[in-house]
Amino acid sequence: MSITPEHPAALDRRTVLRRAAAVGMLATPAIGLLSACATSGSDNDNEQVAGGTKSAANPLGVKEDAPIEVIIFNGGYGEKYATDVHEPLYKKAFPKAEVKHQATQAVSTVLQPRFASGNPPEFVNNSGEKLMDFGALVADGQLQDLTELWDAPSVDDASKKVRDTVVPGTIEAGSFNGKPYVLYYVSTVFGIWYSAKLFKDNGWAPAKTWDDFIALLTSIKAKGITPYGYAGANAAYYQWNVILTQAAKIGGTDVLKNIDNLEDGAWKQDAIKQAATAWAEVGAKFSDKSFEGLKHTDVQLRQNQYKVALYPSGDWIEGEQKQDTPAGFDYQLMPVPSLTASDKLPATALRATAGEGYFVSAKSKNPKGGLEYMRQMLSTAGAKGFTEVVKAPTVVTAGSEGFAFPPGVASSQAALKAAGQDVFNLYFDGWYKELDTEARTATNELMFGRINADAFVERIQKRADAIKKDSSVTKFKR
Amino acid sequence: MRHGKYPFVIGFLFAPIALYVTFVIWPYAQAFQISMTNWRGLSAPQWVGFDNYRRLLDDGAFWKAVQHHGVLLLALPLITVAIALFFAFLLNVGGKSSGGQRQGVWGAKFYRVVFFFPQVLAVAIIAVLFQMVYRPNESGLINGVLMKFGLEPILFLVKPNLALWSIIAVLVWQAVGFYVVLFSAGMASIPGEIYEAAEMDGATRVTLFFRVTLPLLWDTLQVAWVYLGIAAFDAFAIVAVLSVDGGGPDGATTVLAMEIYRNAFVYSKYGYASAMGVALFFLTLTFAALTLRLTKRESVEY
Repeated sequence: MSITPEHPAALDRRTVLRRAAAVGMLATPAIGLLSACATSGSDNDNEQVAGGTKSAANPLGVKEDAPIEVIIFNGGYGEKYATDVHEPLYKKAFPKAEVKHQATQAVSTVLQPRFASGNPPEFVNNSGEKLMDFGALVADGQLQDLTELWDAPSVDDASKKVRDTVVPGTIEAGSFNGKPYVLYYVSTVFGIWYSAKLFKDNGWAPAKTWDDFIALLTSIKAKGITPYGYAGANAAYYQWNVILTQAAKIGGTDVLKNIDNLEDGAWKQDAIKQAATAWAEVGAKFSDKSFEGLKHTDVQLRQNQYKVALYPSGDWIEGEQKQDTPAGFDYQLMPVPSLTASDKLPATALRATAGEGYFVSAKSKNPKGGLEYMRQMLSTAGAKGFTEVVKAPTVVTAGSEGFAFPPGVASSQAALKAAGQDVFNLYFDGWYKELDTEARTATNELMFGRINADAFVERIQKRADAIKKDSSVTKFKR
Repeated sequence: MRHGKYPFVIGFLFAPIALYVTFVIWPYAQAFQISMTNWRGLSAPQWVGFDNYRRLLDDGAFWKAVQHHGVLLLALPLITVAIALFFAFLLNVGGKSSGGQRQGVWGAKFYRVVFFFPQVLAVAIIAVLFQMVYRPNESGLINGVLMKFGLEPILFLVKPNLALWSIIAVLVWQAVGFYVVLFSAGMASIPGEIYEAAEMDGATRVTLFFRVTLPLLWDTLQVAWVYLGIAAFDAFAIVAVLSVDGGGPDGATTVLAMEIYRNAFVYSKYGYASAMGVALFFLTLTFAALTLRLTKRESVEY
């Protein structure tokens, strides 16, 4: 799952310079780069520390004085929440333990060699553009099974298991073939975003049905504002997300399950064709061809300048755009409208998940310490502290209570509540990166009018079939 | 000093050769080994023999990239050398002759510095710069002007049949300066008397260029051709930073290095990526060998 609030595939200046340096070094045959790290493999000579005594305060049996190393991705959420909230919590619980902190913007660059040499850190925030492939990590047995953590009593109430303190779907989001390996910590809701101010000034209202939606787009267009758009240059997955959300609403959540499980003909399901046809029309009539050449930050900036009315994204957008959002803009979320009257899911249904992945390395010296660190993160104090520092809701139900969120997150939390049980998620992009790439490319082809819905589903299906047949790719099921 | 000559020489060579072998030769050799495995970058690789190479044969993206290298291989040297030669000629011998010595056009010294500017900039900076130049809306350098005049913006990097040429234009822009300097140096070493003699016989500037400058520059041209050919096999930085959707739209600008990068660092298929790297290695090698062989001819002594 590549749901991170940070620039998805964007090349920031640093990355560019780093890459340029890399390219400079290799000259032409880029193979040099690939062998920069040796293939020694991790024939784990890393001795794990012995367990401590289990007690009410230490249900996982962590060795009290064993050090733990924490790697934090220094992106949209920064590193302050770790240094100011979670690490002190761990220190408080285990005063004799040393907590080593390291923040990085390129997780894989820092950690790949550590894993390859069999000396991984205990706790990792695996996120950002250079995150390590979760699927590959799982397939290689590098990740600690989190079952023990989810079954442990919570920090706040020993009669409650940790798994009962988080929002439903959290554990599934981080599970591979039914086993929990990843803690996704930040609650994320997807939808279409607009400015409450722009809508109020023009007397527009968010649409629930497709007819209303088209009428809304038409009147926005009449105003000289681009009604709808996403960034084709690097954020096409924001749009396949909308198309697949639409498909799930039409045909039910099994539509997405079939895709994730690489079922034969999953992409050719009728619901997907219908959704793709409808959105291709939106692309052709109500968007701007030039957006294909723009990055997500460009299009988001244009929305902040009231040049684009509707933009699909997750609820990290409000925090991401903080610098550029004019006062009174008021981000609001609108769930993807219903396409037909016979849709299987109601108009309020939406895709929500947990984002921002954390894992414990199975082959580190002190994996129990890593699990305990997670348990501290999932305490009310840990979650509240995180939310206060980064202004984003966590998966810990008690952590968000009573916190005054900014308007955008407040609206997405309200939408999540309104959706009730009709909340779904999808996983194929995290499991099969190649399929994600193909879906992105095909989405651009579809939305910018080079192919139709039939060709769209055809080409993604072809890639899905190829992945299914490829024995070198580890398969996942849900 | 004959005595102890070899220990002396070996002592000097040891360190650089050891470094070179460790950091250049060894990784290259290792890439060949990795390309025979399905290494995902974490645990020990598994040997799969020639599987990765078999996969290459029906990988559409790979062949698309190879095809683009073909286009680059023709267009990049041809355009760059033509422009660079033209400028170098103007800068060195294109002006009036004074005192029997051919001069460059007026302001040649200034132009020479200006032409070299792109060479000074890092490739990544150039790519970011051209993001601004090519931007498809009113904030783009070119389209901003076009739209001021009420024209439709040109979607440089978005139109599939225009995108690759937009990338080539950047590569040419970046390379020309260096070859102007290279050719200038070559032209400076052509003796003035030859020009003088040709001129006395009534040669025009065009004849001078084709009958005197070009033949006497042949060695330099050959070097330029090989350099540019190798550059045509790279183009990674520009494509990675500038193109839409990483080598898009729909692979319309992808190059081998881009596919290698994607397979290695996005898909974690280091083995397969290494196989592509090995393929690229042989393509580059073949090209260099072929060029040197085909362009071999008697150089003129003067």
